[in-house]
Amino acid sequence: MAAGNVMSTATQTVEELAKQEYKYGFVTDVEQETIPKGLSEDVIRRISAIKQEPEWLLEWRLNAFRVWSKMSEPEWHNVHYNKVDYQDISYYSAPKQKKQLESLDDVDPEIRATFDKLGISLDEQKRLSGVAVDAVFDSVSVATTFKGTLANLGIIFCSFSEAVRDHPELVRKYLGTVVPHSDNFFAALNSAVFSDGSFAYIPKGVKCPMELSTYFRINAANTGQFERTLLVADEGAEVSYLEGCTAPQRDENQLHAAVVELVALEGATIKYSTVQNWYPGDAEGKGGIYNFVTKRGTAFDNAKITWTQVETGSAITWKYPSCILQGDNSVGEFYSVAVTNNRQQADTGTKMVHLGKNTRSTIISKGISAGLGQNTYRGLVRIGKGATSARNFSQCDSLLIGDRCGAHTFPYLEVKNTSSQVEHEASTSKIGEDQIFYCRQRGLSTEDAVNLIVNGFCKEVFRELPMEFAVEAQKLLSISLEGSVG
Amino acid sequence: MLEVSNLQASAGQREILKGIDLKVNPGEVHAIMGPNGSGKSTLAGVLAGRDGLEVTGGSATFKEQDLLELEPEERAREGVFLAFQYPVEIPGVNNAYLLKAALNEVRKHRGEPELDAMDFMTLIRERMQLLEMDDTLLNRPVNEGFSGGEKKRNEIFQLAVLEPSLAILDETDSGLDIDALKIVANGVNAMRSPERSMVVVTHYQRLLHYIVPDFVHVLSGGRIVKSGGKELALELEEKGYGWIESAPAVV
Repeated sequence: MAAGNVMSTATQTVEELAKQEYKYGFVTDVEQETIPKGLSEDVIRRISAIKQEPEWLLEWRLNAFRVWSKMSEPEWHNVHYNKVDYQDISYYSAPKQKKQLESLDDVDPEIRATFDKLGISLDEQKRLSGVAVDAVFDSVSVATTFKGTLANLGIIFCSFSEAVRDHPELVRKYLGTVVPHSDNFFAALNSAVFSDGSFAYIPKGVKCPMELSTYFRINAANTGQFERTLLVADEGAEVSYLEGCTAPQRDENQLHAAVVELVALEGATIKYSTVQNWYPGDAEGKGGIYNFVTKRGTAFDNAKITWTQVETGSAITWKYPSCILQGDNSVGEFYSVAVTNNRQQADTGTKMVHLGKNTRSTIISKGISAGLGQNTYRGLVRIGKGATSARNFSQCDSLLIGDRCGAHTFPYLEVKNTSSQVEHEASTSKIGEDQIFYCRQRGLSTEDAVNLIVNGFCKEVFRELPMEFAVEAQKLLSISLEGSVG
Repeated sequence: MLEVSNLQASAGQREILKGIDLKVNPGEVHAIMGPNGSGKSTLAGVLAGRDGLEVTGGSATFKEQDLLELEPEERAREGVFLAFQYPVEIPGVNNAYLLKAALNEVRKHRGEPELDAMDFMTLIRERMQLLEMDDTLLNRPVNEGFSGGEKKRNEIFQLAVLEPSLAILDETDSGLDIDALKIVANGVNAMRSPERSMVVVTHYQRLLHYIVPDFVHVLSGGRIVKSGGKELALELEEKGYGWIESAPAVV
C-alpha cells in the first residue's frame, strides 16, 4: 500500500471533521447595565461604588491598577493573537435587577431559559443532583441555592460581592495572599476591575457534604469577564469545588482574565475541578474567547490541593493552575486535558513549588491537538532549599489528530535540594488511520472511534473528576472534536 | 453469501488485483494461498473497505448487496469480519470496552437490544474459554503489550464474540508457534457453522492442517490461477508456488 496515499486520505478526513458549529452559541436578550468602554481610576471607583464596596477594597483595586499600568503584556508564551485594546473594553456589566430575589421563581425568565439551554436548570440542580449552584450570569450572581444546608455547618458559599458585604474580615484576611495584586499582568488587571465571582469558606474540621459548583457565562458583547474566586478551607476541612463554563457565540474576541485563589490550611483538602468550554471561535479562527487565567493554591502542613481541568474551549488559553506547597507533608496534584481544534491555541500547565519538607506533587497532562490547533504544555517544578525529601512525578502526553496541528512541551525543573526526587515522562502519539480503520472494521463509526481513542487517552484525568462532571467532560470532548477526522 | 466478480484494485499507482472471481456459499471455508506480493492481503483489505485501496473495476456482492458501496463500519455491522494480519494497538482503550461497543453496534444494526454489562461479561467469559485466553487480557488496552500470539488470539476471540456471517482471516497463522496455532485453529473451527462462511488467507499450508478448507485458491500476480479442493494445499506444500506461477490461468 502506498503510504503517501493513506496520508492524504487522513488529511482529507481531518479537514472534513473540523467543521462543527459551536453548539452552545446563542445570545440572551436581557437588559444590561454596562459601564462605557475604557479603563481608568474613575472607572474603578465607579465599579467599586456600584458594588458598594468598603474603602480598603477600593484602595486594593487602585493599587492593582497602578501596578498594572506600569506592566506590559507578557510575550513569553507560545500563543499568537492580535493585542487586546484595553481601552476598548467595558469593565462592568450586570443584568438589571428590579428587586431582591426571594426564590428561583423570581429569576428573570430569559436568564432561566439560557440556563435551561445549557442544561443547568437551577431547580433541577436543586432537586436532583444535590449540587449547590451559585449561578454567575455575566458578572452578578442571580441565584444561590442550598445556602441553608451549608449555613448549618458554618460553610459560607456565596458570590464574591456578598462575601465582601457579609464577611469582610475573611475576604480581607485572605484576598491576595496567594495571588498578590502585582503577580502578573492579567492578575493585576483582574485585581483592579474584578466584577464578581465566588467565595467559599469551610470551617475547621468540616467536610463539605456536597460538591460546590459555579457556572460562569459570558453574555454581553465587548464585556470582559474578570471573575474572582477565593476558597478557604480551614484546618482539617475538606471541599470539592466544580467550575464549568459554556459561552455563547460571538464575533469579536472577548477577554477573560480570572483569578482563583485557594487556601488550604493545616490538614485541609481542596479539590478544584474545571470544565472549560468558552467559545473557541469559528473554523477560520474568527471570534472566540481569550482566556488568561491565574489559578493558584497554597497548601499548609499536611494539606492537599488537587486541580483537575478539562479545557476544550477558548481561542487562546493561558492558564497554569499551581500549588505552593508551603507546609511540610503537603501534596499538590494537577490533572489536565487540553483540547485545541481548528485554530485554537493553548499554553497551559502548572507550577509546583515545593517549600516544605516531604512535599509531594503529581502532574498528569494530556494535550490533544486537531485541525490547526497548537497545544503547549508548560510546567515548572521547583524544589526549594528547605524541601527535604520532596518528590515530584510529571507525565505529559500529547495526542495529534491529523497532520497540521502541533504539540509542544516546555518542562522547567529547578532543584535546590539534593534529597529530592523528580521524575518526568513525556510522549507524543498520533491517532492513526489504522486505529480508526480497526475500530470501524469492528462496527464503530469514525466519530465513535475517535471518541473511544481520545477518551482512552484522557482516562487518567477523567477518573479524577466527580462522576457527573466526567460524563459532561466526555460529551464536551466529543463535541469539540466532532469533524476532526472523517 | 459473497460473490466477487472480475475485481480489480490498486494501491496508489500500482495495480494489484487484476480480476478476481470468487464465490463463497454459506458454511463454506475458502483458503486463499499465494506467494508474497500476490495480492492476498489486498483482497482481504478491499473486502473490508480499507482506506488507500482503490477499486478500479469489477464487483463484490455480499448478501445481495453491493459490498463496495458500504462504509467499512456498515460492512462490519452487516457481518463482515476481518481478522487483521497486524492487529492495531490502541493505548488507553480497554479491550473489553472496545468489544462491548463493537458488539452493541452489531446488535443495534440487527435490531437486537444492547447487552448490559452483566450479560456481556457472561458471553465473553464463555468465548474466552474457546481461545484459552487469560482474563487479564480483557482489561488491558487493546493489543498494547500483547505478544504476537496474544494479538492473533484476541482477533479470533473478537470473531467469536461478534459472530459475523463472513470471517476473513488475514495471515492469522503468521507469528504463531505450533501450540498457539492449534488453539487459534480450534477457536476458528468452533465457529464454523452452516450459516457462517470463512475466507482464510495464508502463505503456508500448515494452518490448513488444522482449519481444513472446502476450497483452495491460489493467487498469483493479482489473479486466481488455480482452484481446487483441500488436496491442492498439500500439492503446493510439496512443490512450492513455482509450478503454479508458470502454469496458465484457470478460470
